[in-house]
Amino acid sequence: MDTILVIVAIVLLAAAGFVMGRRRAVVRSGGVSRSLHSLPNYHGHFVALWSAVPALILLVLWLPLEPTLAMNAALDYFQQHIAEANNLETIRQSKLALLLGLSPDQTTIRLEDLAADQFGLLQTEIRNMAAGGASTGHAAFMQEVADVYSGYRETSYILMFVVCLALAGAGAGFAWTRIAPEMRARNHVERAITWFMILCSTVAILTTVGIVLSLLFEAMRFFAQIPVTDFIFGLHWSPQTAIREDQVGSTGAFGAVPLFAGTILISLIAMCVAVPVGLFSAIYMAEYADNRVRAVVKPILEILAGIPTVVYGFFAALTVAPFFRGVGESIGLDVSSESALAAGMVMGIMIIPFVSSLSDDVITAVPQSMREGSYGLGATKSETITRVILPAALPGVVGGILLAVSRAIGETMIVVMAAGLGANLTANPLEAVTTVTVQIVTLLVGDQEFDSPKTLAAFALGLVLFLMTLCLNIIALHVVRKYREQYE
Amino acid sequence: MTHLRNDPEQQHEYPETTAGKPTVDGDAKVAARGANVFYGAKQAIKEVSLDIAPNEVTSFIGPSGCGKSTFLRALNRMNDIIDICRVTGDIRLDGEDIYDRKVDVVQLRARVGMVFQKPNPFPKSIFENVAYGPRIHGLVAHKDELDEIVHTSLERAGLLGEVKDRLETPGTGLSGGQQQRLCIARAIAVSPEVILMDEPCSALDPIATAKIEELIDELRGNYTIVIVTHSMQQAARVSQRTAFFHLGNLVEMGDTETIFTNPEHKLTQGYITGRFG
Amino acid sequence: MTTNAGSVTTPKEKMRATLKHRYAAEKRFQAYGIAAILIALAMLVTLFVTIIGNGFTAFQQYTVHLDVTLYPQDIDPDGTGDPEVLSKANYQSAVNDAMYALFPEATDRQARRAVRELISPGANYVIRDMVMDDPSLVGQRISVRVPLASEYDQVLKGNVDPVVDFTAFKEGSTSVDWSLSPEERLISEKQADYLQQLIRQGEVEASFNRWFFTNGDSRQPELAGIWGAAVGSMFTLMVTLALSFPIGVSAAVYLEEFAPKNRLTDIIEVNINNLAAVPSIVFGLLGLAVFLQFFGMPRSAPLVGGLVLTLMTLPTIIIASRAALKSVPPSIREAALGVGASKLQCIFHHVLPLAMPGMLTGTIIGMAQALGETAPLLMIGMVAFVVDIPGSPLDPATVMPVQIYLWSDSPERAFTERTSAAIMCLLGFLILMNAAAVLLRKRFERRW
Repeated sequence: MDTILVIVAIVLLAAAGFVMGRRRAVVRSGGVSRSLHSLPNYHGHFVALWSAVPALILLVLWLPLEPTLAMNAALDYFQQHIAEANNLETIRQSKLALLLGLSPDQTTIRLEDLAADQFGLLQTEIRNMAAGGASTGHAAFMQEVADVYSGYRETSYILMFVVCLALAGAGAGFAWTRIAPEMRARNHVERAITWFMILCSTVAILTTVGIVLSLLFEAMRFFAQIPVTDFIFGLHWSPQTAIREDQVGSTGAFGAVPLFAGTILISLIAMCVAVPVGLFSAIYMAEYADNRVRAVVKPILEILAGIPTVVYGFFAALTVAPFFRGVGESIGLDVSSESALAAGMVMGIMIIPFVSSLSDDVITAVPQSMREGSYGLGATKSETITRVILPAALPGVVGGILLAVSRAIGETMIVVMAAGLGANLTANPLEAVTTVTVQIVTLLVGDQEFDSPKTLAAFALGLVLFLMTLCLNIIALHVVRKYREQYE
Repeated sequence: MTHLRNDPEQQHEYPETTAGKPTVDGDAKVAARGANVFYGAKQAIKEVSLDIAPNEVTSFIGPSGCGKSTFLRALNRMNDIIDICRVTGDIRLDGEDIYDRKVDVVQLRARVGMVFQKPNPFPKSIFENVAYGPRIHGLVAHKDELDEIVHTSLERAGLLGEVKDRLETPGTGLSGGQQQRLCIARAIAVSPEVILMDEPCSALDPIATAKIEELIDELRGNYTIVIVTHSMQQAARVSQRTAFFHLGNLVEMGDTETIFTNPEHKLTQGYITGRFG
Repeated sequence: MTTNAGSVTTPKEKMRATLKHRYAAEKRFQAYGIAAILIALAMLVTLFVTIIGNGFTAFQQYTVHLDVTLYPQDIDPDGTGDPEVLSKANYQSAVNDAMYALFPEATDRQARRAVRELISPGANYVIRDMVMDDPSLVGQRISVRVPLASEYDQVLKGNVDPVVDFTAFKEGSTSVDWSLSPEERLISEKQADYLQQLIRQGEVEASFNRWFFTNGDSRQPELAGIWGAAVGSMFTLMVTLALSFPIGVSAAVYLEEFAPKNRLTDIIEVNINNLAAVPSIVFGLLGLAVFLQFFGMPRSAPLVGGLVLTLMTLPTIIIASRAALKSVPPSIREAALGVGASKLQCIFHHVLPLAMPGMLTGTIIGMAQALGETAPLLMIGMVAFVVDIPGSPLDPATVMPVQIYLWSDSPERAFTERTSAAIMCLLGFLILMNAAAVLLRKRFERRW
């Protein structure tokens, strides 16, 4: 349906309201704009807002409701007129039987008995047919249902169009009558804008609330089937086999310890690369390099931060992993082609600029007087750095590293492309391990049934991931902020 | 005399007497001849020649931006850490050119210590602050020696009595005056020959200032001290000799008493009588 | 005046003794710093060299020249010209006939099959698209270039065994350098012969790979293109920009200029900083649970992708916009308020225009992040295999990074090449966006 048409109509009406509001303000003021409390433009905006905002709110509320109501009507129709005993034979011979999961001895069709996914499929089918999709293999009466559906939608659309425009017109009319020289149009408009801004500010909070609620809600459903302790302390992770054997709770196949271990192993390797390289390059940039070198090298290093992670993942899988494997073979070591080492190292490269720019910030924040004090005693540069500057900057550097760890833990694409899928509880970096993020992706990409523990497990893992990174972030941000305050 | 302040381009008559002529009778500890300091294209110090006598307190005075701090920092090459700074001319410590290529900056700074305008203790314990110098210079072989140096230095800086029970507490937790004395103790710990003090009391209250001044007077017996100060009273109280700088030039140098009671140059007179600056 | 009177050596001598050691340590330390920078730079160079080395050949495609006769009775027997008929017609036999015409001696089934396999299995689509564009071609003999099958293309590009030199082949050389055993070879000796024959006839040519830039995804690497993904990315970014910029700027203005200092705004502030560091995949989970499941929005749609990326980039934009607002000196506000402007007028007339370059820079950087983001989009089903170019933000689509991910999973060597080429395109876009941000910052940089 062309919702856009409705929106355009509302906007046009609002624009007209603006012009008329403006003109009326001028007329009411008798052409003496000084006698107006607010400029004519504000009166125009006042009318435009009154016309557009209520109509748009109605539209936004209507849109998600409309298909649901139409679908309910269509399903009603299906239940009442189609699912009759004398239609049963026709249904049995059409594709619909498959869709409804009709068993041979069934004599009635009750929609409320349908399983969730079959019910979903039926709805999709109705929607497709209403949208003009081919009705291959269905009994002709399915078209009736689809027609009911599209009929409702059409009526609803026309109704929505009329009601929205009426509301827009009414709003504009109401505002128009209120225009008077002494009306505080500017204050009204400004209040509306302020409320809009407040609304925008709360989006961030709503996002967090949304994240927490959706993760918690789905994770609770998961933990209703799998005990929390099994999840947190279990050593065996194999969601696929658990599904097949259909005995989810008892197998303990959702033990997430190998995932945590794999995540930590890869993050550790990443940190072993990123911390020394990032820290030392930050030190060199801040304390040794002259301006010319800094002006060239710094932006080049920052390119590393701008490269999408999927590129790193490709690089790890295509170049780094085979390289390690080759090196391993030549010295007689068995290196997995999805080794934690390769994934961790490439992740480390990705994090280098993160560590170095945060360290650079904290190192340059150490007051110059500290350096002078040290040089004044005859310390060399390196002595000054290692004995005065780094100890002074330590909280800041640690905060930065914590943020980097949180990023490593949450990094997805590199590990999805370069780390393994099999949950392998090992500390050997040459073997393949899997991580929390890899498992979330594997569990959720592809066809999903929403109630299976397999899908819900992804949310439980997401919750763990969110909580882990949240803790790290809060601690890190706190440490860094305290550090900054110290030198301000 | 506002024009003196407002018009730095105006040509003043600077006396020829100081240029190239020793101002101390005996052997000078530090001697500068025709020293210039540049920040990029800007010349901050112009052809300064002066001598600093051993075991005396010499004070540098002059209006803000006259280059006295710059010159002080040239004496232990602290200016080296500023990229665009360049020093020409001849500055000697015990007859040795400190800007010679063979001279090691690290060693030089150990011989010519420095105390800064704002107390800048390291964010470490009091003990570690003082021990820092001896440690990096490898002056001590074992803990006992280090303890001894730290105690002696704190003692000499007149701080030991106040802090001896809390040597492990952070140096940043001390009061401003104590922090500055800690910085002096830190400088003393490496046994310097000269101590440069860049307005050491400007961040302190009068009582703390009095203590530092007392300390400077005591230290004179063992060290050569150069102090930059904004306060003429302080220069008169603590120093034996005084040099007056103006817009990068050394105007006059001599016995503190002479400078303050009977200056040769009218710029000096104008400054000390408070007509500008 | 030595402090340690009992010792034999003076401090000066002691100092001199340790000096050499200290300077060595200094040199070492400095070397670590240089080494660290060199390592980072080396990694960057390796990455670029690998990508470019693997990818630049994808911009070229070996094609075969075919004379295809389009008999009306095969394609449009009734002469309707109806697009429906044209799109469903059988072009394969016309293509096959054209190929057989090049190899008259190949008559048995096996030989004919080998001949057919020389060109892309999707060659018929190339013809179909031409006919759809110009129905008058039906009944004509047309001369087209169709892509060589990807295996042969890769062989000629020297990416896989055997090594076949195109120029030498063209001049009649028959030496094929086999280094793999027959079972491992991508093409057989017989197929190599056919290829050689085709080249000697002058029918094979390397040309610019236009399919890569105009097609959507395809199972046939030689016909797979990034245009579909690029359009998907464009729709997604449009939605993201349309939502995140106004919301981000409004939130920043409110928090910076209006918000009272209280618990709530403190929470919002901490919250925004934390959101900026939440793993992107968590946003994907949010999108899956809230947008898809709860609101029932369509899977794989750029609209939903844009919504998720909006939530993800908002913190970046808000933080950058607040910094930009902070950098506008209070004197400007005082001046405006002093002449009787309302607070909002002051902000809209004076503060916002001055802060706008900074806000735009932050927005571009946020958009660049969104363009390179993959993980959250996997969660909301933008990993579908999408052949058609999406026409609106509601059509199923994929985006460039996801396309890269999908191709990198394909085993064919030709897809590796195309993955790298797609990465080059993506990086190109990112470089453009970042350059725009840098320019903007340079152009409008203001010092107060």
